Amino acid sequence: MSIFEYNGSALVAMVGKNCFAIASDRRLGVQLQTIATDFQRIYKIHENLFIGLSGLATDAQTLYQRLVFRHKLYQLREERNMKPETFASLVSAILYEKRFGPYFCQPVIAGLGDDNKPFICTMDSIGAKELAKDFVVAGTASESLYGACEAMFKPDMEAEELFETLSQALLSSVDRDCLSGWGGHVYVV
Amino acid sequence: MSKAAVDVPMKGGFSFDLCRRNEMLSKKGVQPPSFLKTGTTIVGLIFQDGVILGADTRATEGPIVADKNCEKIHYMAPNIYCCGAGTAADTEAVTDMVSSQLQLHRYHTGRESRVVTALTLLKSHLFSYQGYVQAALVLGGVDVTGPHLHTIYPHGSTDTLPFATMGSGSLAAMAVFESKYHEGLTRDGGVRLVTEAICSGIFNDLGSGSNVDVCVITKGQTEYLRNHQLPNPRTYINEKGYAFSKKTGL
Repeated sequence: MSIFEYNGSALVAMVGKNCFAIASDRRLGVQLQTIATDFQRIYKIHENLFIGLSGLATDAQTLYQRLVFRHKLYQLREERNMKPETFASLVSAILYEKRFGPYFCQPVIAGLGDDNKPFICTMDSIGAKELAKDFVVAGTASESLYGACEAMFKPDMEAEELFETLSQALLSSVDRDCLSGWGGHVYVV
Repeated sequence: MSKAAVDVPMKGGFSFDLCRRNEMLSKKGVQPPSFLKTGTTIVGLIFQDGVILGADTRATEGPIVADKNCEKIHYMAPNIYCCGAGTAADTEAVTDMVSSQLQLHRYHTGRESRVVTALTLLKSHLFSYQGYVQAALVLGGVDVTGPHLHTIYPHGSTDTLPFATMGSGSLAAMAVFESKYHEGLTRDGGVRLVTEAICSGIFNDLGSGSNVDVCVITKGQTEYLRNHQLPNPRTYINEKGYAFSKKTGL
């Protein structure tokens, strides 16, 4: 068993026209046993910036606490919110710091930058950034999510259509993954 | 270290906090995670007025293609670029780190960076981590002493060559170079040869794929040709796409 499969998760983010959407499933499990069906793995950093953390839930929550702490320090010093690109670099640096003893987390970052320009990105557990123009996926359902998103994604979707497409992709993918499911959370910005 | 100091931004360097826990987990039979790799074809050659670097654009995670169009030619200095193969996070981190050291060195000296400086910084970092920082690099640039091309292995050893290949597709690419490289190549001939070598990696090595990136460095000028060739365009786009009815609430 891989440690990424201990709790199970599905995360996906997509870019639309001046908007983005990020979604996750709601299951928290311990291997095949379901513990919770209303689990939150997408966190809000500020109004226009969200991070989803797939993988080991204990590490995800620790990492989230450290990220919030670092973002608050930034807010105090700079008196403004972090840009998504900056935040992605921060997450990458924090993960790479633990190169030889990593957090078992694969983050998905989605945010709106200047002029409402959407930004999405994912990383592996040691902070190798993968910037994409269309969609990013992570978690135990990532393989089926790749397939679903590759087929369903269209460029420049409006918010409502984006929501439908993302939800359909998520739901059809988690149905093919034992370790994730129980509906989803979707955030459209 | 006090408890509070753990959370504040550190000065730098790796943290080994979680190593003991992760080792305990792997002893209990939990597999260590797989990282994003760039099972790669990267090449470089020296032509008559400079250096040409080339790379494919596929990033893999096990058998899955994680990124179809990633950037593997990293910026080091205005006159120096570096191709990276191996674990994606390592190649990215090591090149970023050295490029910032080079920038500071330029501010200090007020001179253009030399390729050997970058080479020494890279190899000393990699050597000190005994090969655990998994970065195989092709470093190329033009400085006051002329064009230079080096390969750097994860353990810190280096080669100085007129043409070089690295990554999982290195054999396929080297076959092209060995049969067609000659001294005094023109710019266009060089770019064509590099593209052919990368394409040979893309088509014959499963770890490499998608597009060709090329970087031409000559005295006083650098040309980064991102997606110079797109030999694998998507052919199966559905014109209409999938349409979903709006407001499919519960």
